This record gives sequence, structure tokens and C-alpha cells, in this order.
Amino acid sequence: MTEPTITSSNETRELISFRVGEQEYCVDIMAVREIRGWSPATTLPQSPAYMRGVINLRGAVLPIMDLAARIGMPTTEPNVRSVFIVVQAGDRTVGLLVDAVSDILSITDDMCQPTPDIACENVRHFVRGIISIEGRMISEISLDRLLPEREALAA
Amino acid sequence: MDELEAIKVTFFQECEELLADLEGGLLAMQDGNDDGDTVNAVFRAVHSIKGGAGAFGLEPLVRFAHVFETLLDALRSNEIPGTPDLTALLLRASDVLADHVSAARGLGVVDMDVSAAMAAELKIATDPNAAPAAAAPVAEAPQYVDAAPIVIGADDGMDDDDLGFDFQPMTITLDAQAADAAVLDGDVWTVSIRPKSDLYRKANETALLLRELSRLGPIQATLDDSALPALEFIDPEAAYVTWSVRVETEQGEEAIREVFEFVDGDCDLEITRGEAPVADVLASLLDIAAPAPAPEAAPVAVEIPAEAPPVSAVGPAAEAAPLAAPMPVSAPAPAAPPVAANAPAPAAAKPAQIDVPGPGQSVIRVDPERIDRLIDLVGELVINQAMLAQRVGEYGIAPSSNLAMGLDELEQLTREIQDSVMAIRAQPVKSVFQRMPRLVREVANMTGKQARLVMDGENTEVDKTVIERLSDPITHMLRNAIDHGLESPEERKAAGKNPEGVVRLAALHRSGRIVIEVQDDGKGINRERVHSIAVKKGLISPDLTLTDEEIDNLIFLPGFSTADKISDVSGRGVGMDVVKRSVQALGGRISITSRPGLGSTFTLSLPLTLAVLDGMVVDVAGETLVIPLACIVESLRPKAEEIRPLGPVGSVLAVRDSFVPLIDVGLTLNYRDRSPPPTEGVVLLVEGEDGSRAALVADAIHGQRQVVIKSLEQNYQQVEGVAAATILGDGRVALILDVDAVINLRRRGPPPPSDPTLIAAE
Amino acid sequence: MTRTVLTVDDSRTMRDMLRMALAGAGFNVVEAVDGEHGLEVLSAHRPDVIITDINMPKLDGFGFIEAVRVDDDYRAIPILVLTTESDPSKKQRAREAGATGWIVKPFNPEKLVEAIRRVAA
Repeated sequence: MTEPTITSSNETRELISFRVGEQEYCVDIMAVREIRGWSPATTLPQSPAYMRGVINLRGAVLPIMDLAARIGMPTTEPNVRSVFIVVQAGDRTVGLLVDAVSDILSITDDMCQPTPDIACENVRHFVRGIISIEGRMISEISLDRLLPEREALAA
Repeated sequence: MDELEAIKVTFFQECEELLADLEGGLLAMQDGNDDGDTVNAVFRAVHSIKGGAGAFGLEPLVRFAHVFETLLDALRSNEIPGTPDLTALLLRASDVLADHVSAARGLGVVDMDVSAAMAAELKIATDPNAAPAAAAPVAEAPQYVDAAPIVIGADDGMDDDDLGFDFQPMTITLDAQAADAAVLDGDVWTVSIRPKSDLYRKANETALLLRELSRLGPIQATLDDSALPALEFIDPEAAYVTWSVRVETEQGEEAIREVFEFVDGDCDLEITRGEAPVADVLASLLDIAAPAPAPEAAPVAVEIPAEAPPVSAVGPAAEAAPLAAPMPVSAPAPAAPPVAANAPAPAAAKPAQIDVPGPGQSVIRVDPERIDRLIDLVGELVINQAMLAQRVGEYGIAPSSNLAMGLDELEQLTREIQDSVMAIRAQPVKSVFQRMPRLVREVANMTGKQARLVMDGENTEVDKTVIERLSDPITHMLRNAIDHGLESPEERKAAGKNPEGVVRLAALHRSGRIVIEVQDDGKGINRERVHSIAVKKGLISPDLTLTDEEIDNLIFLPGFSTADKISDVSGRGVGMDVVKRSVQALGGRISITSRPGLGSTFTLSLPLTLAVLDGMVVDVAGETLVIPLACIVESLRPKAEEIRPLGPVGSVLAVRDSFVPLIDVGLTLNYRDRSPPPTEGVVLLVEGEDGSRAALVADAIHGQRQVVIKSLEQNYQQVEGVAAATILGDGRVALILDVDAVINLRRRGPPPPSDPTLIAAE
Repeated sequence: MTRTVLTVDDSRTMRDMLRMALAGAGFNVVEAVDGEHGLEVLSAHRPDVIITDINMPKLDGFGFIEAVRVDDDYRAIPILVLTTESDPSKKQRAREAGATGWIVKPFNPEKLVEAIRRVAA
């Protein structure tokens, strides 16, 4: 755990950072329910490619999202080190498939920079901001935008 | 006072039931289905509401109920004739009564103008000639009564409404009366009592009267049994003796009379002020009563101290006591306990043992959350039991072993527990249906239609989870049926129909689901208009040919509204598309069929429970799926000669004399790109909600299982082709197939690749 | 000895009110939902006092009282009827049927207990 170097009166937040491909992302630790090792998910038909399916989380049906695919990168091939980060997104609980968890960070808001304009639409949509810490660049995921709006089926 | 609050809760629950009874009875009267007892039941409902309301001092409710009750009383005693108009009035009055109940409960307010107008109407209906009498409290506004009863009591309806009957929740107690009485120091009274046989026939007792007198002060009683005939002439049911009692009390004559309140008319009573020498009294009595020659007629004086323990002589065998000669009265039994009312402190009073005997009478009230919790737990138990069974299977334990057999029994038991627990939560749809007659009346009023609601199958039971979800769609379907389905009375007359339209609401069980039908005898769907609107709104392509049924069901497309203007009733921003979606979210389906000029029928079907489901577990392209058993007609292994190609990619299965489309589930759900030959798999012949059949091809069947339904929506969203999810014995999630959706998916592609019809809706 | 009171009323609210008042005064309470049921309960519990409503389904208060009064086993049991102020004719009919006394609804607990005391041995 990295001690924060407080340079302003900003409140300290804790983030969990993880690896997606070669990049580092993070989510607010308050949103994280648990972290679980990979287990095969039941495929959901008629669903976008980033939905890996659903698993049984102590009796509840938990959707698993491939975070890489969600933000427009190639789909993740799960291996033994792959994990789900179970997060609360609005009123829903969802598992994010990532390559590995790396760290818990304590940051203040002034360490957070806006997402640069050059980033593609997807990234700007899902990334709240970029955190620079010890020479690393970590993008914070905007959880409330990850899951699609619940859409009921017409027809 | 917690107990009183609890009773109040009961009271309002009971009110709901009574209001439903009231409405049900009135509707039966309207339909001419009432028997002689219906009007009595209707009367009782209002009477009971008034009684309870009085106990809680709910004045406006009591007052309105009283006026209502008075009319019903007149009706049931045939003082006024029952007419359709009267029944209609009573129905409207029941709505106002319901409003009063809600208001008393703190849920909403009563429109006092409406209430007062209704009360005035009721009074006039009770006695059309009594307007002046009814006008007494309306002295300040008599013109209202004479003229239009509808506008009585502009601001302060309830006061005008007061007919002058006194309904006081508190009764005056003895103490109050005692205080009112003039103070009469050391007053002495003489009370002579000559009971008639009626007094004993009503189980009153002279001994008790004496005891009550003794509460007012010291008494001295003298018994004259001179009228007693010889033993052989005694009528055991008759009364012969006379008492003369000297009472010393400050409480006055009223208090003494009060003691005899219950025996008024059943005895000759004389109360005189001052001493009456025994002999005088006797003499006067002897004048009245024929002198009898009994030698033992000597008066027996009985002294009863003021604090005497109650006389305890009356038992079933003791009714003859007062005439069984002078003896029994003289024995104030010292062992008799005081009546509980005199018990020193409430703390000493044991809580009464509540005993409600009789079969079917005992009811336990349970917090619904506890039942829900129980159902959840049983759901987990079912999953766990299945997991255990699977593990045992994996260890290769013989099915005949004790372990395996024990597990079988466990499964049986688990299932029974689950069924029993579900049964606890099952409720008749009545609770939803009973709100509908009022809705129909209101919507009809608002739209200027005449509508009569006929209900059927109110006792059909479904799980609570479903009951709660029925109300909204039924409300919408009924609104729609009246607003869009029924014609105006003029139009109906012109079409040769009864100006009053009939809307039928029915519930029934069909293949493991509950089906709700809303049928109207209106004009039916104007298909040309529906089609043109759908085209205009870009919902369908103009050159598309649709069947009548498909056109009818266009009204469920999002953004579709056929009303020329958004009417007050149906157009509250909620269209049939929303209804359809919410129904589908529950694994339900809604459809409409229509016959021009004759009416339309909405059919809504839902699973009986949203908690468990009987399913067939199958393998499809490496995935495990559950197909609801209720949809499956049969399973079979197709022979090559039964499979016939049809068109470029499709094929059908010959089942006996009919051809059924073959649907590869794996292909339809995009689990795989091409289907293996159906002969290598298993075919499940299924029937859709609309009765259409299809042959679903799966790779293998694992068997039947009851599964606990888990929502996909809770953490994700609906997935087309999937009704819900469940957790199987291996702990993995399996999806429950939505058979109708699969059939529909197949109907519209991908192969054949494009069908613009209904995809536009998405 | 605890006295047993049978309350006969089709209204659950009224039965509950009676039970609360009576239980508070130390009575044992048995209940019936109409006259017919009352007669069944009567034989099972032999109450010391009966309190009955008049308007009830199946067998109303008048019929119930009459039935009790013609039964040699029970006719000595005091019966109080629940009446309302506005209904003097009902009270009279109940008396003719054999009611021992009456309680005017709405009642307060003291008044109720006192009425029982007046008729109970």
C-alpha cells in the first residue's frame, strides 16, 4: 500500500488497480464487493461480445463483463491468473473480468487528471480520469457507464 | 395502546373484506344473481363497518355508513323496492364508503361535497316523502334538499349530513350517573319486586338483582312466599315469590332503577322513598296476591352486607332456585369468588386464553417477510440438495445403496416442503379483482361509456409474487377495453347493441400458468387504422403484408397509440407497449385478438409463481438449458424420414398428421453456426402461448428437475430467448429457455435474414 | 375459577374489541363467528355468559338466542346482546327471544364488564 503524499486538503480515496492487457485501470475501492478467481461462466445468447456470461455468486446470478472488450480492446483470454472484480454499479452487481489485480492506491483528487481529448470515444466514455502515480498511468473506470441501460425487449 | 392499534389494523383489514363483500353483493344484485340473503349480507357489511368505526370514534365514516345502512335496512325489509337505479346508487355509495374508509385510515381524503351529496341521495332514496324530516338539520339550506340532491352541503358536507341521530362512542357510566344524582344523605328506599316467569326465562335472577342492590348500600330483604302454592301445584317455570328490599343508599332512585334495567317489564317493581315496615309491605302485597294458606308463609329476612360476595347459586340446574322454596336465597356462599370486574388490579388479571374453536376457524397471522425468507431458504435447500445428489452420483454410488436412497427421500421431502411453503403464499386473485369494479365504473364515467364488468374465476390462486404484479396490467387492459374497445352508448344503439357494454375479466389456470382474459363486446380493432398508423410512425414498412392477428398486435409496439386525442384515461403516458414489457419481464405474455364489430380479447398469461419452475434440463451446443415443462408436449427422437426440408434452409418434422417447424435451439440462440442433423439429437415438441407448435432440437436430455428461478434482470437485463436463470446441482448457472421467444426468433431470422416487421420495434 | 364468556359476532373487529376488554378483566374468551357456530362452541365450552351480535349470517342473534333458550342444558346461561342506540326495536325483539340484557355499541370496557357482572352468577 502506497502512503499518500498529501499536498492539498483534498480527501484521500482508495482505489484498486488491475491490469487489462498491458494497461493499468482502477476502480474506487468502495464499489468493490470482492475479488474472485476465474471460473467458467454460462454464455448468454443474443448478447454483446463483452458479456462473458453469468456465474453463480452465492445464489445470485452475476453477469461477467470482459472489461477489455467493453472498452474496445481485444477480448481477454482467461487464464489461471485472471480474476473477477465484483463491483457495485448502480443497483446492479457485476463481475469485471481482468488479467490481474495489481495494487491498492490511496490518492487525492488533485492526482487525477481529465481524460485527454485524443482518446477514442470508448475510452472517454468509460474512463473518468487518469491518475499519475510513481510514474505509472492508471485510468479510473466510470462504473455507472459500464453496464448498458436495462432495455426491455419489445416485439 | 398497542392492542387497540392492532385491532384498528384488523378493523381496516376487515373493512377491505367487507367492502369487497358489499360490492360483490351489489354487483350480484345488479346482475340479478342475488338470492334472498344477498341484501342481508350487503346490509351486514355496512353495518359491521359502522360498528367498528363507532368503536374507534371515526365519526365521518360512522355518519356516512349510518345513512347508507338505513337505506339498506329499508331495502331489505321491503319498505322500498329494489330497482336497477337503486342498485346503481348503492354501488356509487359503496365507492364513497370506500373513500371514507381510506380517509379514516389516513390514506387519502374524502371529497366532502361528494360525500354529502351522496348522503343526501341516500336519504331521499330511503324515504322520498320525508324530505322535510330529513331537512331538519339542513335548516340553513333546505332548498338543496327540495331541488337537486347532488349539490347539497357546499363547504361543510359532514355537518349538513348529520341527520340528528346521536352516535356517541362513549356511553355514560354508572359513576357519572351517581354523581348527577342529588345528594340524599342516609336515604332509605323500599323496593318491592315481584318477578314474572319471563324474568327467569331470560336467565335473569332475583338473587343477582339483590346483589346489585347491595352494591348501592346496605340492604335488608324480605321474602314473601305466601303466593307459593302447595308443592304439587307448583309450575316449575312460574314465579310466585315477592321481595321487599330496604336499601340504604345515597345514589338515588335512578341508580336503583338502573339495577332493574334488564328486567324492565319482567317484574312488577315499586320503588318508594323511606322506611316501609315489613308488615305494611306485606299487607300491601297480600292485597295484590291471593292469600295462600301456606302455614310456613312467615317472611324470611335476609341480611346482605354491602360488601357481600356475590351469590353463586345459578347454574344450569339452578333455574328453579327462586321458587325452590325460601331456602337457597338465604345462603350467600362465602366461597364464591368475586366477579372479575372487582378484581383489585388489572395486573392480577391473567391474559385471557383465546380460543377459537371449530374447523377452519383458526387463523395465524404471519409477517409476509417471514414467509418470503422461508421460501428463499427452501430455494437454497433445493439447490443444495441437487448439488449433493450430483456429487453422490459423481462418486459412482449405486442407486440402490442406502445413501442414494436416503438422498431420494431427501429430494422428495425437499420438494414437499417447497410445495407446502409455496402454498402458504398462494392467494386467490380476488384481492386484485375486487378493485376492478370501481375502476370500471370510474373509467366508464370519465369516458361517457356504459360498462358492466363481469368477473370469473376470482378464486384462482397464484403465488403472492405474481398477484402483486397482476394489478397494473389488468388495470391497463380494462382501461383500454372501455376507453378504446367499447363504443359510446349512442354508437352501440346505432349498431343494434345494448347501450351498456360488457367487459369480462376472467382468471383461469392453463398449462401451469395463470391466464387473465379481458374481453369486451365493443367495436373491435380498426385494423386499417392500426396498420396506417404503424406505417406512418415508421414502425412497419408500408409494403408489408400482415395477418389480422399481426396487425392487432401492433398496438403493443412502443410509441403506438390509436386514440385520436390522448384521453384522460388510457393516455396517461403508459401505452400497451409498457404493459407488454412489464409482463414479459415476469416471463409472461400478452396478446390481443379482435373481431370487428364484436369486440376484442386481451389474453395475459403469467407463471403461477415467480419462485420455482418445473423444467426439462437439456444440452445444447455444450450449454445446459432448462425448458419449462409446461411448454413441452412430448419428447421424441426423430427418424430421418420424418424430417422434410421446406424452402432453402428450413425443415419441418412430421408429427403424426401435421408438420411442425424444426428449430435448432443452438442455432437460434447463436450458440453455433450450423445445426447438426436433427436425427442425432432429441426433439422436444413444444406449444407456444398462442397454441402454435414447434419442434425444438437439442443435443441431449438430462431429465426433469424443479428449479429455483433466478432473475437475470436483477444484475443485468432481459435477454431475448431467455426467460430467467437458475442454479443447477453443479453450482453453475443454467438459463431457462423462453420457448415463445425462441419460436419468434426463429420465425424472423437470421435465416431468412431480414424481416423488417417487428424488428423495427427494438 | 375463571369465567368463560362466549362472544358471537361476525365482525372480527368487534370480536377483537370484546376480547380485549374481557381478557383485560380476566375472563376466558371463546369466540364464534355466527349463530350456528355459536351453538357449536356452546356445547364445547359451556360459557358462563354469552355476548351476541344481532346481524349475522347463517343464524342471526334472534335465532341464536331462541335456540339457546329452548335447550335445557343452556337456557340458564345469561345472554347479552350487542345493540345500537338507534335500534330500540331490535332490543325489544332480542328480549322477546330471551336475551338477559344488552350492551349498547360502541361500548366501553367498564360498561361491558359491568353488564356481565349484573347478569353473571
